Amino acid sequence: MTLLVSVFAAIICTAIWYKTAPKSEMKVGLLCWLFWGSSLMWLVDAIFEYAELGAAYFTPEPADMLNDLFLGLSVVALGMIIWIIVLLIKDPKGVIKGKLFRKKS
Amino acid sequence: MACFLVPMTEAIVMTVVQKVAEKKEGTKAVRVTSEDGCKMEKMPFSKKLGWLNKLLWGGSALLAFEHLWHGEVVPFFPFLTAAKEGPEAVSEMLGEMGTVGVSMAALITAVWVVMLIVSKALEKKALKLQTAE
Repeated sequence: MTLLVSVFAAIICTAIWYKTAPKSEMKVGLLCWLFWGSSLMWLVDAIFEYAELGAAYFTPEPADMLNDLFLGLSVVALGMIIWIIVLLIKDPKGVIKGKLFRKKS
Repeated sequence: MACFLVPMTEAIVMTVVQKVAEKKEGTKAVRVTSEDGCKMEKMPFSKKLGWLNKLLWGGSALLAFEHLWHGEVVPFFPFLTAAKEGPEAVSEMLGEMGTVGVSMAALITAVWVVMLIVSKALEKKALKLQTAE
């Protein structure tokens, strides 16, 4: 479930990145790298788990599924927190700079 | 248990390699002309190394959170729960790092190599068009 949530997040972010490219004012590319990187790593985790559990891997207990969903959503939230911090620090549109400094004539 | 440490180690090493590559490349730039006649600069290799680093750092960061979630990593010494549980747990952790962790790093690197091959092919296509003109 965590893998699934991460893959969906990666696909949505990539689609948004492509739509706004070549401009990268919102730094959506960062989210793409975060979610694709974690998706690939969880894919490996899933393959190893499948090798161990077999078909039972696809029929998890509802409690485990809920916990994994909760984890997946938390991971997306963490990814977005990292992204928003980087966006505000890099400030590509100069909004923060504009608020901090006033132009002197 | 701590499989994310393997790709994280690769990320640290490759970030250093990227910084060295950036310094070596300096301001050298290869210019090409696109299909529609626009003059463009070829992407330097250090920037392509950045793709690998972003994948590795991004994945490691989110996986570190997952390990924290499952209690396999703690924010205080000795940081790895297995280290507290004894030698059996440590050997299990090392085994997982050697299998799952190495596979994670290998898959990310393989995906990056595919990205390199595709980008190289696209660059070649653009250069061929340039020489044909």
